[in-house]
Amino acid sequence: MRRYFGRKLLVYGLTFFLAVTIDWMIPRFMPGDPIANMLSRAALNADAARILYTYYTHAFRLDLPIWQQYVNFWNALLHGDLGISTYLFPTPVVKVLLRAVPYDLALLIPAILLSWLAGNRFGAFAARTKWLDNTLLPLGYILTATPYMWLGILLAWVFGIILGVLPIAGAYSYSMTPHPSWLFVGDVLKHWFLPFASLFLVQFGGWAIGMRNMIIYELEADYSHYLEALGAPRRLIRDYAFRNALLPQLSGLALQLGVVVAGALVTEVVFSYPGIGSLLLAGIQNQDYFLVMGCFLFIIIGVLLANFVIDIAYVLVDPRTRRGMTGETG
Amino acid sequence: MKRWNLALTVLVALSLLLAACGQATETPVEPVEPAPVEPSEPAPVTPTEVVFERSETLYVSGAAWGPPSTWNPFQPGSLANTTGTIGYVYEFLFAFDPMTGLMTPWLAESGEWTDADTYAVTLREGLTWSDGEPLTAADVIFTFELGNQYAALWFSPMWNYLTSITADGDLGVIFEFTDPLYQEFENNLYNIPIVPEHLWAGMSEEEITIGANEAPIGSGAYLYESHSEDRNVWVRNESWWGIDVFGAPAPTRIVDIRTSSNNVALGMVLKGELDLSNNYLPGVADMSSRGYVQTYFADAPYMLSANTAVLFLNTTTPPLDDPAFRRALAFSINTDDIVNVAYANLVRAASPTGLLPSLSNFMDQDVVDRLGYSYDPDEARSILAEAGYVDVNNDGFVEAPDGSEIALEVTCPFGWTDWMEAINVIANSAQEAGLNIVAATPDYGAWNTALQTGTFDMTLNNWASMSNTPWTLYNLLFRHPIQEQMQSGNFGRWENQEMFDLVDGLARVPMSDVAGMQAACSAIQELMLTEVPMIPLWYNGLWAQFSNAVWTNWPTEDSASPTLPTTWSGYWQLGGLQTLINLEPVPAE
Repeated sequence: MRRYFGRKLLVYGLTFFLAVTIDWMIPRFMPGDPIANMLSRAALNADAARILYTYYTHAFRLDLPIWQQYVNFWNALLHGDLGISTYLFPTPVVKVLLRAVPYDLALLIPAILLSWLAGNRFGAFAARTKWLDNTLLPLGYILTATPYMWLGILLAWVFGIILGVLPIAGAYSYSMTPHPSWLFVGDVLKHWFLPFASLFLVQFGGWAIGMRNMIIYELEADYSHYLEALGAPRRLIRDYAFRNALLPQLSGLALQLGVVVAGALVTEVVFSYPGIGSLLLAGIQNQDYFLVMGCFLFIIIGVLLANFVIDIAYVLVDPRTRRGMTGETG
Repeated sequence: MKRWNLALTVLVALSLLLAACGQATETPVEPVEPAPVEPSEPAPVTPTEVVFERSETLYVSGAAWGPPSTWNPFQPGSLANTTGTIGYVYEFLFAFDPMTGLMTPWLAESGEWTDADTYAVTLREGLTWSDGEPLTAADVIFTFELGNQYAALWFSPMWNYLTSITADGDLGVIFEFTDPLYQEFENNLYNIPIVPEHLWAGMSEEEITIGANEAPIGSGAYLYESHSEDRNVWVRNESWWGIDVFGAPAPTRIVDIRTSSNNVALGMVLKGELDLSNNYLPGVADMSSRGYVQTYFADAPYMLSANTAVLFLNTTTPPLDDPAFRRALAFSINTDDIVNVAYANLVRAASPTGLLPSLSNFMDQDVVDRLGYSYDPDEARSILAEAGYVDVNNDGFVEAPDGSEIALEVTCPFGWTDWMEAINVIANSAQEAGLNIVAATPDYGAWNTALQTGTFDMTLNNWASMSNTPWTLYNLLFRHPIQEQMQSGNFGRWENQEMFDLVDGLARVPMSDVAGMQAACSAIQELMLTEVPMIPLWYNGLWAQFSNAVWTNWPTEDSASPTLPTTWSGYWQLGGLQTLINLEPVPAE
């Protein structure tokens, strides 16, 4: 057990190091100059531009040799310092992220977990119900093929503009300041619902189809036929099939995480939801190295952590993994 | 193994409950969108400030492009996404009204040149900071002196010709100059925000130049109340000195909303959640005609003109270093298509002088008649042929006189949809005239770097905003000297000492000498239209769509003395504040 997790942790550590290094490199090798961009929005009317340029380049330590910037970056990162955003100057990136990340978590965690759970349940259920299989699964295909952003716009249009029952922008009403009351909590949930729903629905379709196919496959497996021949009740066979079908779905979840996060980012832009989605977009457009790195760092850590949790869950649900740990296979 | 199932079921049930909760809580609160959220039910617990009364709150958008990050009035331009900072909180000596072309005394009661090198300002009596301290000449002097102390402040170059600034009693301020740049100085008079000495004197250089200055204290009509990722909330300053002079603005609160895209702003306008949107909304002509929103003009172009979109040409590379080629190019661009198709009539074609309609008395119509240009592909072809540009290899495009092929790119940042349309029109119409020009849309960062380092062929730029002087535009177009990085103008690096001298000459003409300014402008325009170093194409609009549902008396073409309907940064002192003061609440039915 310890060796298994030790090895896993080593792999995760290496992945983290490489991912963060790439994360550091990519924005820096984009064509463009963050300080020039920052100043260009200022529409200066004097020689001040030139003076300010040198001033800020030095303040951001962008005049150092590139290797030294890299060393400084790790040094700062290990001290919990992600630098200062040029786009949101002079706000530290950590502060920007701390304000935005809760909104991302509030969207992502429920959307991922609930769609996975509900999608699998529904898929398994649909696989044994002919009329559902014929009617609702095509819907699942459509849902899973829908881009998050597009579904988001559609939902905003239907529920926000045509029906006028749900808000289309912001995390809470523009007429409120946060305060502890049911009114405010209700308002937050109301604003949360549509972005959540667009994430939930697309993933739900995917999981439902996956599970439905897996169940049909498992029911055709030898062990199912064997159980059937033994005269086991159908329900028991279904249960075994479901549990076996769940395993690939679990590893599928690990693979899907990156896609889901990307989907959440565009959904946030569609709903003007104050997560890191629009921050990342703006950060990239403005060559804000520090903000872009911070946003990706959140994604890297999030995806790695989630994968780790799934690894643990895998050990819990698949007895073969546990057995493998004591044997020679990893 | 049953436990696993159980856990699943519980989680699903829990999630449904959670979702249900979300919907359940909304039902009692739900007087649906256009109406405000009613604070009536939970009122006993919540103080009134946490839910703003719709009838007392003004919702605006289109000014902030990112989460609020700084309230430092010296953070230049739109870097301060908290756009109300200059205008609501910090004020200036004068305001400028582009509709009338007049400077309006603001903190100052009057200002005049007592001789060629001395400018005297008298402040109004009874000015106060919002913390109750009096605002006096000492604060004004302190503010201008900061520019002398810190080169990082944008107005510090002013001290190249400002020699001293002294107090004359509590209310008088005397500026002494040597060889003053009158045009720049008077522009600064309405752009430098005055800060309180008693709060700023103790600050470090870093705090003053780049500090975030949270919870700003100023002298203006509104006070900072709160902010979050997507909004700034400003509350009326009930003890504003200006209530006696200008009258109190009607909205108790202003909520400045940052939308992540123009689509969101469009949706909010349709739902009546925004009173004034200063976003560029492509379909707004249609919405205005159908009465969903109001615009300044009831018909095309619907919007006032805010700045000039100029096609900068890289004059350091052939064939763009040839004035004849540039002139042919100017005749080949179908500006009408940009106006009618790309913008669906939301903008107007620009005068070849580049000057905004508000500065039209500085346009020399005679020069324009003689040397101006408009879309005329035949003329373009004949100029090209005359200058030796002919299609040698029969590919449909002309080659340079030395036989080399011509392939040029016209660029704008990716995602600026209106400009992307516009450069397509430019490329297409130029191709029809036989010029091999293609459109390209790099990311903003890459575009900006190319712009400033001079590694583009042709690109759009509009960085001169509305101004009291034509010098602002010509300072952008003919900025000099040519440096390694051209950050604030003359991106095409057009080197022409005669023009530079003319622009410097204009800067030294006193603002009162209108005839002198006109003469200087005529000379500039004569040279500009002969050489065509860049091509002004159209006037970008002062995008503004507003609703009369909650607030009324917005400025339109029918108003007696219209002001600018805008919340953009840098426009408060150009009439934005007056618009705010003129607003009236719609009486409750």
